[in-house]
Order: sequence, then structure tokens, then C-alpha cells
Amino acid sequence: MRFLWGKLVHLSLVVVAVTALTFLMLDHVPADIASEVAGQGATSEDIAAVRERLGLNDPLPVRYGRWIAAAVRGDLGNSFASGQPVVEAIRSHLPVTVELIVLAQLFALLLAIPAGVVTAWRAGSPLDRTLGTVAFGFASLPAFALAIGLILVFALRLKWLPATGYTPLTGGIAANLKGFLLPALSIALVEWVPLMRVLRGDMISTLKEDFILLARCKGLPTRQILIGHALRPSCFTLVTVFGMQAASLIGGAVLIELIFSLPGIGRLLVTGIFAQDYPVVQGCVLLIAMAYVGMNFLVDVCYGLLDPRVLKGGR
Amino acid sequence: MTAAFDRHLLVAEDISVHIPSGGGTVRAVDRVSLSLERGKTLALVGESGSGKSMLCRAILGIPPGRAATRGRIIFGERDLAQLPEKELNAIRGREIGVVLQNPMSSLNPVLKVGWQIAEPMLRHLGISLLKARERAVELLGAVGIPRPAERVDCYPHQLSGGMRQRVAIAIALACDPQLLIADEPTTALDVTVQAEILNLLGRLQMERRMAMILVSHDLGVVAGRAHETAVMYAGRIVEQAPTVILFDQMRMRYTRALFDSIPRLDAPSGQPLASIGGQLPDLAAELQGCRFAPRCRRAEDRCFAEEPPLVADGLEDHRFACWFPCEPGISVTPPGPLLPKRIMS
Ligand SMILES: Nc1ncnc2c1ncn2[C@@H]1O[C@H](COP(=O)(O)OP(=O)(O)OP(=O)(O)O)[C@@H](O)[C@H]1O
Ligand code: SF4
Ligand SMILES: [Mg+2]
Repeated sequence: MRFLWGKLVHLSLVVVAVTALTFLMLDHVPADIASEVAGQGATSEDIAAVRERLGLNDPLPVRYGRWIAAAVRGDLGNSFASGQPVVEAIRSHLPVTVELIVLAQLFALLLAIPAGVVTAWRAGSPLDRTLGTVAFGFASLPAFALAIGLILVFALRLKWLPATGYTPLTGGIAANLKGFLLPALSIALVEWVPLMRVLRGDMISTLKEDFILLARCKGLPTRQILIGHALRPSCFTLVTVFGMQAASLIGGAVLIELIFSLPGIGRLLVTGIFAQDYPVVQGCVLLIAMAYVGMNFLVDVCYGLLDPRVLKGGR
Repeated sequence: MTAAFDRHLLVAEDISVHIPSGGGTVRAVDRVSLSLERGKTLALVGESGSGKSMLCRAILGIPPGRAATRGRIIFGERDLAQLPEKELNAIRGREIGVVLQNPMSSLNPVLKVGWQIAEPMLRHLGISLLKARERAVELLGAVGIPRPAERVDCYPHQLSGGMRQRVAIAIALACDPQLLIADEPTTALDVTVQAEILNLLGRLQMERRMAMILVSHDLGVVAGRAHETAVMYAGRIVEQAPTVILFDQMRMRYTRALFDSIPRLDAPSGQPLASIGGQLPDLAAELQGCRFAPRCRRAEDRCFAEEPPLVADGLEDHRFACWFPCEPGISVTPPGPLLPKRIMS
């Protein structure tokens, strides 16, 4: 497990670097936060008072140091706009995004794994070519376009699912899931394509391995050879891409969150940016950076689970 | 079925393997016939690329990619070439066990060896997981792996090459097959381990009364280990005889050249090793005459024009395909101490 610890240290440095960079960039945005916060009609004394209260007069390194010191203690400051603690805001928005990501990536896997396995097994066949074309079609559509299409069909025409809106889990699991189905599907229909492609590629090379020939010599049925012997050693790139996708969705599902009125992190972040609510933006950036780092870590853990050789001194 | 089939476990007739590839159809195996009696060993010998592995895969019904196999493969009383995939799968792993060349790549790196041994038993014998595991431990012991109860939970990378090949043999033996196909089982191993593995195979074969096809590119490996030896060249069998007779009088000139290329301990030191010059013909091209002719020192016009038939001359079970064979009287030095090539290089 030592290599995992080394990784952890390395990745914490990444988090620090990313947040520091955000601080620096936000500092250069040509806008006077203090006057925004003080509101219209505020006198210059009011504005100066606000600036003093928010600590905006201090030099940048001091402010960053203060922020990160508080962040380590779990305090990300208060929203300029609402006065709500940023941690609170994230805590209320995060579950929505997490549920969206989990469902979206689950659907994506459910599409990508069977498709990748079958197209690798029958590489070059009409089935492979058809699925490849279909995948290409989906990959060239943006998720929001798919979202609108799905709403048109399933919500407006068939009326099976709500077009928009979010029901918290307290409102019942069924209602909650119904609200997530279309947004998750819109994301999954785009994300499954790269997953399928990398799986197909890796699987094609795995199927050329001697141990697959030996598995056939054992008289195992094709399904068992594909799933039991070939799939696991073919999953490394899949897991890597999967992790990157999941991490990028933390803040990257904004359009989907907006279209389906889901109160997720993406929406929190974008609203924060437009309102120049820097503590919120900074908090979201920290969360996103940590998500990347966390995913990276999980991907490494998965490598270890996929291949017993990884833990014993690296591939 | 004729009486011959009672004695014979495997009778393959006119097997061809044609592999479509970029430069035309590769005739990896071309009209090969062979037969194998129950409990006996047939050695297939030939240099790299001569089609030994493809012949084995044809017998198993697993030709590569889009390759087409032709011919009859009578195993027991069935023609394997006619069987649907499902019935073939019931024979593979159960009645025919296979050991491949490279134990480093023929075991699945992500599965425990115990599971890999248990798999064919679970599939074919319908025994419980617990029982299969027990038998996997027994098998590991039978193939000479120390502390089998611990090794059963190892992954392949935790074992040495020789140990892995023993595991591969255990997999092949799991369902007590009637036929073991060992495709160059020792080529990838250290010299010291090679003899151990070959002796193990010989012992297990006797104990279990299995028939065996032992593939090698080395005539030296075959001496004393096979009842019958077939020499392959460019997809054809060019000479076939009981091993003792073959070593007593090699007729076909390729066999002789192959034999002369074996490094020997009793050779006068300093004498250079006779290697066969030239290379295999392009199997995708239309081949005429004797396929060895371009490399044969004795070749004459006839050799390039007409393909010599595989026929007996005198001894009924010694057949060879050569227009100008070596003299039958002149016997080659009996296979004394023979060494695998590696030790010299
Ligand atoms: N997938 C393939 N596509 C095209 N040609 C192939 C393929 N596999 C094998 N061949 C050709 O078939 C011929 C026979 O190959 P085969 O593997 O049977 O040789 P071999 O006698 O087993 O040699 P070796 O001692 O190297 O294992 C070779 O000339 C090879 O080039
Ligand atoms: S047939 Fe001719 S070319 Fe072929 S091995 Fe015999 S002598 Fe040589
Ligand atoms: Mg081979």
C-alpha cells in the first residue's frame, strides 16, 4: 500500500496549487467586490468598511494563507451574496450532483461494457460496425441537445417522466429517481462512447493473449471467456477514463443541471461566478480539485483490485 | 468403424489449415494425415513456422481468426470437424488437455492458479467448488509443486516459469483427458527445468495412460520420449516413423539436416554446428515440387518440378517424402547424449 500513500501526498500538493491559482486569478478580475457587496447607494465609507470586513485590503498571500488555514479547519467562509456558510451551500448541493454522477456513470457503464465486449469479440463484423456508427453519432451530440431531445420524447410526448424538477430523497425514492432519470441518461448517452471505445480496444488485444487460447482449450463457453477471463485484464483504460469523467462531472454538469433545474454543484458554481461571490467560487474549486484527486486515488486503488501484480511492486 | 479405430484414439485425415492474410492465403497446414494409438506418444517435430501449432489448433477446432480447417478428425468415434461448437467444447478440456508453449503468457495473470485449475472441472465434471479446490491441491501435488495447499491461492506472477508450466500441466490434466497436446511445453524454459518438465509429462502419461502429442522443434527432445515421430516442413509431414526406426535410419534429407543441427556432447570440440541454410518458403505462394528443394544440397530438377509423395520404402511404417533419400544402410549415430540447443548458445 505504500505507493498509495506517496500518491496521496503528491495529490494534496495538487489541491493546494489549484486553489492558489484560482485565488490569483480571481484577484485579477476587474471588478470591485466590496461595492457589489455593499449594494447600490452605498457611500464610499460603507464600501471601505465592507472592504475592511472582508479583509480585501490585505496582500494576496496573506488572504490565501488565511483562507487555506480556515479551509483545513473545515471553514470556507461565508457567501458574499447570502451570508450562508459556503460549507453549508456545498453540503446542500453536493448530494444532487453525486446522485446525478452515480446514475449517469452507471448507465454509461451498462451501455459501454456489453457493447465494448461484443464489438471486441466480433471485431470487424456488421454488428461491430453498426454499433461503432451509433456510438459515433452519440459522441458527436452535446449532452444538452440529447437532454432536450429526451425531454421532448419522454416528458412532453409520452409523459412518462417529469421534464424538470428535483424531488429530494425525503420525498420518496421513486419520485427522486424519476427526476434523475432523464438528466442521468442525457449524460450517459454521451459518456458511454469513449468508455466503449477504450474497452473494445483493450479487449481486442487481450483476446489475442495466450491465456485466452488456453481458456478456449479448456472448453469454456464464450461468455465465460469474455467475462471471466478477458474483461478484467482489459479494464485499465476504462477505469482511468471513467474516473476522469466522473470527476469532471462534479462541476461540469452545469448545463444539464440548469436544463433540468437540479440544484447541484455546477449550478452553485456558475451562480457564484456571475454574482462575483468569490468564497462560493473558491469553495467549489476546492471541491472540484479534491474530486479529481479523490478519483485519481480511487482509480489507483482499482488498478490494485483489477490486477494482483500492481500491489506487488508496480507494472 | 473399422478395427483400426479401436486401437486408434485419433485419426486425422487430410487436414489443411488455410489462413487468409494480406499477402494471400497462408497454407499453414497442407493435407496432413496422422494417427495416434491410445496411450502412445506422437512427436511432431519441425522448425519454427512449419505448422505444428496450427495442426494442433486444427485438431482442437480452434484455428486462428478467420482460418478455415479442412479434413476429417476422428477422435474416439466422432469426427471433430463435423461437431458443433457446443459439443466440441464438451470435449476440449475434458477429453483433450492442452499445454501451451509459454507458461508466462498462457496463465491468466489476474486469476488465482487454483481457480484456473478448478475451472475445467467445474465446467465438465459438475463437482462442487469445494471439491474442485481439493482436487486442484491434489493436482498441484501430482505435478510436483511443493506445499500445494498454499500455492493454490497464488497468482501466476508469484511462481517461477517452471512452476507455472507445472500449473499449466495440472490444468490440462484436471479432467483426466485421454489425449494431451503439449505444444512445445519446454521451449520457453531454462535448460535445467526442461528435462524435469519432460520427465514429469512422461511419468504422468504412463500413470494416466494418456495419449500425447508432443510438439518440439528439437529432434533431441523427442528421442526416447515418443513412440512415433512425424517431421513437419512447411505445412507438410515429410517423414514419419516409429522414433527408434527414425533415428536408426533417417531418409528424408530435411530430417537429416534437422538432426545434424542438434548440438551434441560427443561431437569433437571446435567442430562447427551444421545449421540449415536458407529459410522456409512463403506459405502464401503457390508451391511446387519438394518444399525443401531450395535449401537441399541434393536437390535436382525433379525435386523442383514434382512433389515427392509420402510413402514407405521397405519398412511399412516408415514413410518419407523424398526423391533422392539418404541411403537406408547408413545409420546416423544413435541418439547419444543429446542436449537442447540453448546450452550451446
Ligand atoms: N494468425 C495468423 N495469420 C497468418 N499466418 C499465420 C497466423 N498464425 C500462424 N501463421 C503462419 O502459419 C505458419 C505455421 O505457424 P505455426 O505457429 O503452426 O508454426 P509452428 O510450427 O508452431 O512454429 P513455432 O515453433 O514457432 O511455434 C507460419 O508460417 C505462420 O506464419
Ligand atoms: S526431394 Fe529432393 S529436394 Fe526434397 S529433400 Fe529429397 S532430395 Fe532434397
Ligand atoms: Mg508453435
